[in-house]
Amino acid sequence: MNVHQSLTAAEPVETLSPLPHPPTTADAMVRFEQVAKAYPAYRDKPSVQALKDIDFAIPRGSITGVIGRSGAGKSSLVRLINGLEKPSSGRVVVDGRDISGLSGRDLRLAQRSIGMIFQHFNLLSSRTAADNIALPLEIAGWSRRDIAVRVAELLELVGIADKYDRYPSELSGGQKQRIGIARALATRPNVLLSDEATSALDPQTTRSILDLLANINRELGVTIVLITHEMSVVRQLAKEVVVIDGGHIVERGHVADIFTHPAHPVTQAFLSEVIGDSVPVSLASRLQPRPVAGGHAVIRIQVRGADAGDTIVARLARELSIDVALLSARIDEIGGQHVGSLSLGIPGGEAAADKAAAYLSQNNLPAERLGYVA
Amino acid sequence: MSRDLLNLIVQATGESLFMVSIAALIATAFGLPIGVFLATSRKGELFAAPAVNSVLGIIVNATRSTPFIILVVAIIPFTRLIAGTSIGSGAAIVPLTIAAMPFIARLVEAAIREVDAGLIETASSFGASPLQIVLKVLIPEALPGLVLALTLAVVSLLGYSAMVGAVGGGGLGDLGIRYGYQRFMPEMMLAVVVVLIALVQTVQTAGDYLARRVNRRLRHR
Repeated sequence: MNVHQSLTAAEPVETLSPLPHPPTTADAMVRFEQVAKAYPAYRDKPSVQALKDIDFAIPRGSITGVIGRSGAGKSSLVRLINGLEKPSSGRVVVDGRDISGLSGRDLRLAQRSIGMIFQHFNLLSSRTAADNIALPLEIAGWSRRDIAVRVAELLELVGIADKYDRYPSELSGGQKQRIGIARALATRPNVLLSDEATSALDPQTTRSILDLLANINRELGVTIVLITHEMSVVRQLAKEVVVIDGGHIVERGHVADIFTHPAHPVTQAFLSEVIGDSVPVSLASRLQPRPVAGGHAVIRIQVRGADAGDTIVARLARELSIDVALLSARIDEIGGQHVGSLSLGIPGGEAAADKAAAYLSQNNLPAERLGYVA
Repeated sequence: MSRDLLNLIVQATGESLFMVSIAALIATAFGLPIGVFLATSRKGELFAAPAVNSVLGIIVNATRSTPFIILVVAIIPFTRLIAGTSIGSGAAIVPLTIAAMPFIARLVEAAIREVDAGLIETASSFGASPLQIVLKVLIPEALPGLVLALTLAVVSLLGYSAMVGAVGGGGLGDLGIRYGYQRFMPEMMLAVVVVLIALVQTVQTAGDYLARRVNRRLRHR
């Protein structure tokens, strides 16, 4: 808790490179101003401080990922944006309007310009695909003819035009989420909120849904805010990321910057999920604490950045005139930046290993000595 | 069985169906909204009114715990006020309706509470008013359960209607008691029971069929 507080309260984590479009007040689609959210005690449950000191802006037209563990406050955060929940203090401004100050009819009108999709799709089982998409339009009081035209457009947009007369029970998870997306976009919102929208889907379907969301962002310019506990979702789709833990924002900025230089333990934990920070089992089981005659010293380097590590193995080999063995490697691309780790085997005993470590350090790749293999 | 007795059975069946169907219609007209309200008015719900909810719940429970035959007699002044008389099939509709209303309300409440709370949140998220949520989400989604609930209510009403003979309500139950029991005509008693069984079977089968038809959670193709 103390770590989080000192990080957020004292010095907000700055992004490392300047934003191409800095999220200034002017072109922020969503702005949290000193927002806190507490749930009062109810029956035998104590009161819960779900969110605290939330103060940031989501740029217009961006795709922003909000990532955190279960119970970190993600759901509350996203529900503050469309007024399903009210902040205990502070304001939430969406498209220049203080949504936290609206209620009744004004709130319902404002909600029509904010779409939302859900983990469990939340389709009406009593309505066909087309009629599910039509629901928000009926609620907004559109005419029957306008609804028919709009629904046809939306079915086309999400690529399930042939399923218009099917009931949700007849559709796959991916198809259901496409209907959910079409429904969320029906009233032409300028913000789309995604509440773990791919968490109930298999990896392949997840990918296709994320592609669809990326297209929607690009072609319709809809600002997308997605909350997730899956790093892979943020990596594939988001440009901006907000890491939240214990109701606080612990880190935020460009996806590439945050994940090449994660400062907070939670961010590091999420990152290792994707890049597999741990030493592979096959290598770990062979590691020995003392040098082995004729064997290799094992050195691990962390790769972070656009071109880090690309020629380092070759240069190391040339510099020390040794045959560097590549024992394990995992490099992934996050927001155009390489992130991963390499485990290298250095032959020639302790002296060579020391020299190799020194050379890597000079090249800004701090080496970690793991042990020795035969 | 003589022609006269057969006529009696036909007439009594007509009376029973008349009382039950009118009572079911009126009780549904009141019980449905009451049930929807009960299902949506606790703390934090759509029409949150916890105090009203509690009071209404107590009234509903009290009505349901009163034995029907006592209810019939106890509300005779009210029956006279509404129907102008306290005897006959028409008058019997009043206590039948009063008895069925809270029963239907509780069944409706249960059916509405079965609807996934996520759907209410979803509809709220695109700006649906509480009334729109009830009409476009809760009732259509609960429809299979509501159909079964009304079926159950009609079947129960058929049972209740056998007791209104006590206030001259007529109907099958009355016939069974007066001829079958008091005049020692077991074949009459048997005939009445057989007709009642057939009616209940028909109502239940029709209700089950209808509930399946409106249930889109099942695959049809």
